[in-house]
Amino acid sequence: MARQVTNRYRVLVTLAAWCVALTLSFPIIWTLLTSFKTEIEAVASPPKFFSFDWTIENYFIVQERSDYFHHFWNSVVIAIGSTLLALVIAIPAAWSMAFVPGRRTKDILMWMLSTKMMPAVGVLIPIYLLCKDFGLLDSRIALVTILMLMNLPIVIWMLFTYLKEIPGEILEAARMDGANLKNEILYVLVPMAVPGIASTLLLNVILSWNESFWTLNLTGANAAPLTAFIVSYSSPEGLFYAKLSAASIMAIAPILILGWFSQKQLVRGLTFGAVK
Amino acid sequence: MSTLHSRRAAKVMLTPSVLLLLAWMVIPLGMTLYFSTLRYNLLMPGATPFVGFENYYWFFKDPAFGVSVLNTLILVGGVLITTVVGGVLLALLLEQPIFGKGVARILVISPFFVMPTVSALVWKNMFFNPVNGLFAYVAKLFGFPPFDFLAHAPLFSVIVIVAWQWLPFAALIFITSLQSLDSDQIEASEIDGASKFQRFIYIVVPHLTRAMTVVVLIQTIFLLGIFAELLVTTGGGPGVASTNLTFLVYVRSLLQFDVGAGAAGGIVAVILANIVAFFLIRIIGKNLEA
Repeated sequence: MARQVTNRYRVLVTLAAWCVALTLSFPIIWTLLTSFKTEIEAVASPPKFFSFDWTIENYFIVQERSDYFHHFWNSVVIAIGSTLLALVIAIPAAWSMAFVPGRRTKDILMWMLSTKMMPAVGVLIPIYLLCKDFGLLDSRIALVTILMLMNLPIVIWMLFTYLKEIPGEILEAARMDGANLKNEILYVLVPMAVPGIASTLLLNVILSWNESFWTLNLTGANAAPLTAFIVSYSSPEGLFYAKLSAASIMAIAPILILGWFSQKQLVRGLTFGAVK
Repeated sequence: MSTLHSRRAAKVMLTPSVLLLLAWMVIPLGMTLYFSTLRYNLLMPGATPFVGFENYYWFFKDPAFGVSVLNTLILVGGVLITTVVGGVLLALLLEQPIFGKGVARILVISPFFVMPTVSALVWKNMFFNPVNGLFAYVAKLFGFPPFDFLAHAPLFSVIVIVAWQWLPFAALIFITSLQSLDSDQIEASEIDGASKFQRFIYIVVPHLTRAMTVVVLIQTIFLLGIFAELLVTTGGGPGVASTNLTFLVYVRSLLQFDVGAGAAGGIVAVILANIVAFFLIRIIGKNLEA
């Protein structure tokens, strides 16, 4: 579409877009700035934007006071563990539906999706009581399992839409050349599916990292990931904005950076291929 | 292409996923259904007699129930309207030839990656707080008394927080959808002398309808279950002023230990979500055939 765009127009829309972008991300930017202030400066009136004594002290205090790395590690284990587990179970399923579709494949896919629609609160009590009975309250195992089951439909769906784009003829050719099923998957399919698998992994790590229903309801001090860790900063003790900000930045920074790389996959994964 | 051999292999490979999801759906849901027919309170150990629909009866009679359903609808509706309208405008803006588009886009979508507990705490303390919050400062600047958002407009405040998180999602989907807009059609309309506004109403909006439907349905699934934002900011209050159905079930079951009533509420939530899911599944299914 070759349309004439005047310079004035470009400057105008650039200004508008940047104003909107900075406004929308302002809470994050403001939190980042506050995390480098002293507590006194954090509540200064008028608010200080850049002219304050920059300090990274708050980050150390947060680690010392509430053992950030313990909870960070919980988040890593829960998010990555549940995603990897889901991938191991989902890859064969997605493979079989993409390459050996049967009469009921579509129904199965739709049914899998429908399990995702079940509200968590509908099964809160049984899951809570089961965890209690098995001594799994406040354990990472319970959360890895639950988040795996919760995200399994999305993982299967995403993998399915990626695998479906691989032409079946290539697999046929491999078979003609005498590859058995194992070799076919290992040497032909997997290398071609790597980008799809990577995107699926990325999106699901993000979703699991931020999951805040089960992580809040099923954990205590021990297995709490960052979503629950930050809640300990919700009851004010004197001046605490700078520390709250530092804790917030520490909780969101890893996933924020991952998220920037996943814009495209995000749309694909969360709309189940309905918007391309 | 599929031989008998690979058909059997396919079945074997599909089985674990199907069984796991079946178990995940049937077992807990069955238990919830069962609990909802018992008089079962964790604070009163002993017999848990079958009481039929009694829990449902009391749950529906509970004044908090009506309020919570209404609040659920207001929350979902408020966030949907804000994100769909805002998302379309945002997508149109970001499609313009702007300098530094990549960075601007990253800034716009960032809120989506902030975990709910963090965004709720940041908004609650650094913006809504009537003493030290930025909004209070701005109000004072213009000579207004500071407004205690979370105490006097709890639902509105939560809508602001949640909409802030979901606006990037809606915008991202609309951007994706706009990119598949047929440029020939736009050019043709220009030649025919359509104004910018006409082009928007008759070409862009119809093209986005499908993306809008998807945004509305997917967000509804997530928004029906808003929980962390309420837990951290208002705690469902003041009173039950910002309690939604999810939060009410949480309060009944995990704070008041009334398993029976909580389970009944859970089943009501499942039914509500299923009504939405019914439409969503049909739309996605239709797309699968295309």
